[in-house]
Amino acid sequence: MIFKLAWRNIWRNKRRSIISIASVLFAVTIALMMRSMQLGFYARTIDNVVSFYTGYLQVHAPGYEEKKSLDKSFADSGELATRIEGINKVTFTAPRLESFALISAGDITDGSQVIGIDPEREDQLTGLSNKVEDGRYLNAGDNGILLGSGLAKHMKIGVGDTVVVISSGYHGVSAAGRYPVIGTVTFPTPELNSTMAYLDLPEARWFYGATNRLTSLAIMIEGERFLNQVETQVTAMLGDDYEVVSWEDIMPEMVEYIAMDNASGVLMLILIYVIVGFGVLGTVLMMTMERMREFGVLVAVGMQKSVLRGIVLLESVILSINGAILGIVLALPSLIWLRANPIHLTGAGADALISYGFEPILPFSMAPEIFFWQTFTVLLIALTASAYPLFRITKLNSVDAMRTGN
Amino acid sequence: MAVIKTDHLSRVYEDHGVPVKAVDDVSLSIEEGEFTAIVGPSGSGKTTFLNMVGGLDAPSSGTIEVDGKQISQMKQNELIGFRLRHIGFVFQAYNLIPVLTAKENVEFIMLLQKKSKAERDKRATELLDAVGLGDRLGRRPHELSGGQQQRVAVARALASMPSFVLADEPTANLDSTSAENLLDIMERLNKEQKMTFVFSTHDPRVVARAHRVVTLRDGAIESDETRS
Ligand SMILES: Nc1ncnc2c1ncn2[C@@H]1O[C@H](COP(=O)(O)OP(=O)(O)O)[C@@H](O)[C@H]1O
Ligand SMILES: [Mg+2]
Repeated sequence: MIFKLAWRNIWRNKRRSIISIASVLFAVTIALMMRSMQLGFYARTIDNVVSFYTGYLQVHAPGYEEKKSLDKSFADSGELATRIEGINKVTFTAPRLESFALISAGDITDGSQVIGIDPEREDQLTGLSNKVEDGRYLNAGDNGILLGSGLAKHMKIGVGDTVVVISSGYHGVSAAGRYPVIGTVTFPTPELNSTMAYLDLPEARWFYGATNRLTSLAIMIEGERFLNQVETQVTAMLGDDYEVVSWEDIMPEMVEYIAMDNASGVLMLILIYVIVGFGVLGTVLMMTMERMREFGVLVAVGMQKSVLRGIVLLESVILSINGAILGIVLALPSLIWLRANPIHLTGAGADALISYGFEPILPFSMAPEIFFWQTFTVLLIALTASAYPLFRITKLNSVDAMRTGN
Repeated sequence: MAVIKTDHLSRVYEDHGVPVKAVDDVSLSIEEGEFTAIVGPSGSGKTTFLNMVGGLDAPSSGTIEVDGKQISQMKQNELIGFRLRHIGFVFQAYNLIPVLTAKENVEFIMLLQKKSKAERDKRATELLDAVGLGDRLGRRPHELSGGQQQRVAVARALASMPSFVLADEPTANLDSTSAENLLDIMERLNKEQKMTFVFSTHDPRVVARAHRVVTLRDGAIESDETRS
């Protein structure tokens, strides 16, 4: 009957309650659309960024972040990858053994990263095979080299030519090898174009004298929102023998950009919610104040104030939650549709994305947090709005309330 | 046995710094089964007296015993619970919850007493029958006349099985026919169910119906007569 009472009280003044519910509905719908778009954009951006090179997480030997050297590599024959891939939400891993080397052809010598990769996994992570310009992509077992196209151009060589690679290997052993160029790859930035070269992982290990060793293992997961969860598990699994860094550690500027953009979005939502909150407050306040006589009678005949407070709180919650539910119901079909049919971006931003090899689309996020936070915020509004009425009930004196109506 | 016993009961209000004795040294005993009117002109202290007896207002001095218990020392929550169990109230106006039907209004008080659904249902129907509203169970207060609303209030007051019913000018807003009708019902409930009624009024026709008449003047008892 308490619920019945609260429910009917809300509909005592239909128009007022409908306006309140509609304002909450409006706020929730806007908030859902906005957050879904923002979070979808961040997730997409992060996905683009991590699949550009780093992966979501990387496993190194301790100290590698400080000083990137082959001496800070770790031994792994694939068993580590298997263990990590067993973790929930991890999609796959990509091993790398990388260091700096000199590459020469004829009398031209250039410096470049020479990276040992698992061709298939690397392709899965970064889409490297799509960047092949001349020749072909690496296959497992190849003993040729894949060169950045800028590098090849500068050295005036092409597919079929042979280069000599010289470096300092694991524990200072001297490393030298001759490799035919089997392909060239083009990156969106000239800097990468002239500083990247790839070998098949077993070949690189032989070259660097680093049998079974890796400098990093990149980890891909199902999405950004599982990052903390997976990072915790990987760290727990590996202990102190390894260093686990996330893309956030590797690219703090990106994290900062997202945080700032996110903060401005949240600020705007707070603004909307404050306005809506005042609307709800007004309604709840009026609903209470115009009933002080009635409340006076109720307490006089024996209703505990706690029960009365419960009713008023329930009214406020019903008023707000109805708006939230309707808002979610209203926004959901659009969100589902927009998720399935992402908005295609156009203009300069889109061109920039394309040049980095990314699809210029804006997918909407359906992360459950978005819905949770909207519901939570609305409940918070309901609680805040009923604070003063609840206080008035606590102070209520039946005789005065019945005499004067307050 | 006395259901209400006041001893040198006084209540002083401050009116712009001037103390006003709304109730002045009232010692009164009301026995079970009485049908008593508190009468006196407007401002004579009827409401203040009934409010104190009903535990809604605290005395400035003196004591009140209800069902053998001192109520002036009770804490707020305890007092509310005490009112629920021992006292039925009928006020001059605003008695009913507008969004509840007649029957729900009567049931409500029993819900607060945690009575079972079946018992609430049965008693609410019986009482509304007894006040002549058996055919208006599902009406909301605004669909009932003033007299009918007061009858629902009487039914509600009885629903909690109190020791007595306090009614502060229950007929003040009613026409004379409705007022007579309400008094008929109260008198019948007094006779048939042995319910004690204490009601205030300044309407001579209502006074004429009382079995005992306590007259207040400037907050003090002027006369106290019992009729046979
Ligand atoms: N809350 C109050 N504050 C100040 N004076 C009051 C208050 N309530 C009643 N009074 C005064 O006390 C006296 C008795 O009032 P009341 O008990 O209402 O009389 P009645 O019910 O017989 O009309 C009146 O003079 C009234 O003005
Ligand atoms: Mg009065």
